[in-house]
Amino acid sequence: MTMKDKYKKVAYYPGCALEGSGHSYNRSTKAVGKALGLELVEVKNWNCCGAMEVKNVDPKLQTYLSSRVMSVAANEMDMDVVMAPCNGCYHNLKKAEYDLKNDAESAEVVDRLSKKAGHKTYESGQVETIHALDWIKDTIGEEGLAARVKNSLSGLKIANYYGCMYTRPRHIFPEKDQGPGSESTSKPHFMDDLLAAAGAENVDFPLKTACCGGAHTLSDSDISTKLVLNILKTAKLAGADVIATECPTCHSGLEMHQIRAEKTLGEKVDIKILYFTQLLGMALGLKAKKVGVHENISDSIKFLKAKGLG
Amino acid sequence: MRSLTELETVFEAPPATGDPEVAAAELLQASEEVLEHWIRARGDVPTQDTREGFRLLALHRQGAKGDPSFNACRETCREIAYHYNLVTMGDVYSDITDRLCMMAMISKHLYLFVSGKMQVAGLGEFCCSAKPIRAADGATST
Repeated sequence: MTMKDKYKKVAYYPGCALEGSGHSYNRSTKAVGKALGLELVEVKNWNCCGAMEVKNVDPKLQTYLSSRVMSVAANEMDMDVVMAPCNGCYHNLKKAEYDLKNDAESAEVVDRLSKKAGHKTYESGQVETIHALDWIKDTIGEEGLAARVKNSLSGLKIANYYGCMYTRPRHIFPEKDQGPGSESTSKPHFMDDLLAAAGAENVDFPLKTACCGGAHTLSDSDISTKLVLNILKTAKLAGADVIATECPTCHSGLEMHQIRAEKTLGEKVDIKILYFTQLLGMALGLKAKKVGVHENISDSIKFLKAKGLG
Repeated sequence: MRSLTELETVFEAPPATGDPEVAAAELLQASEEVLEHWIRARGDVPTQDTREGFRLLALHRQGAKGDPSFNACRETCREIAYHYNLVTMGDVYSDITDRLCMMAMISKHLYLFVSGKMQVAGLGEFCCSAKPIRAADGATST
């Protein structure tokens, strides 16, 4: 089976953020999937991946929690691909996969907890975890996407911000940096490729994987605000009027610290922040509301209407 | 070596109107000094070696030794080196001032990350080394 066929129907793991602050990412991911004829089957009774909170207290418990999601997909749903649009979930499932393959102690803990919880133990390699970017890039591709565009993103200048958890640490993403066609950990480009196919103009943005202080956004807000402000100003200097995101944590951080920078530092940067799935959805002819633009913290509706979108 | 406060003013200053190569070299030097602060704070002597022609990249490697979370600024350092090359090795650009401004913004990001990490050691640790922020506590319930 080709990758194109393999990813047409995947187990969908939205994760906690997509049911809360990242709801517009959930809505737009589902809407884009439907518009592209791709099938998402939500993981039954899914649990938290261990996110930041559990991982901080007990990393092996996080490995177990992520492994349970993969176990349900593999053993109860007979799926072999799990798609996680959230960088945090994607990262944690990838890390669990790596740990189960390379660390006997992690495998022992996961087996013990799985038996205690009464479900089959996840075995490394049973499923492949992919990101929403892989899902669209590998099934539809740039040519397929361009052929389906009804409302070109032409005229939009976009800085693509991937954040850190999509590419770091490199060892948990063995499929990346594998030459032509694969994603790069140093200069990721999948989001750039898809948005360009939808007609957008990507600007040369040097901070696409730079630290935004995300994990410290609440405990050390001033550091995060300064880092985010510099990311926003750099995107603006690069000529962008939109920052495209592919992670609910990055997205919320950029939006919230954009507001906080104005309030605490008196610096306003006029740049819109939208999920790449929202942009792709509008390019496919979906209304702004259908892809949840109204659910974002920042207001982009007027801007999008002026550009002939939404 | 200049203080971190003095270095911040270098990154926030408007681009120099003189020779762009001199201005780019000044930004590169200031970025190296930012990394020197990190290395000295860890009790090490900053290397004079270069990697791929840049002391900045050798300093980053030294700073990340034993602390993978410092790789959170790896690509930032590489972008500084790349923009230095754009300014100094290319033909005469009409947008040379923009290139310098961009190099200053990237250098400032390095400054913000390193100065932030000197206040909060865990910065970058959770995301980029996949280590728990409170690993040192040894908390394990499993």
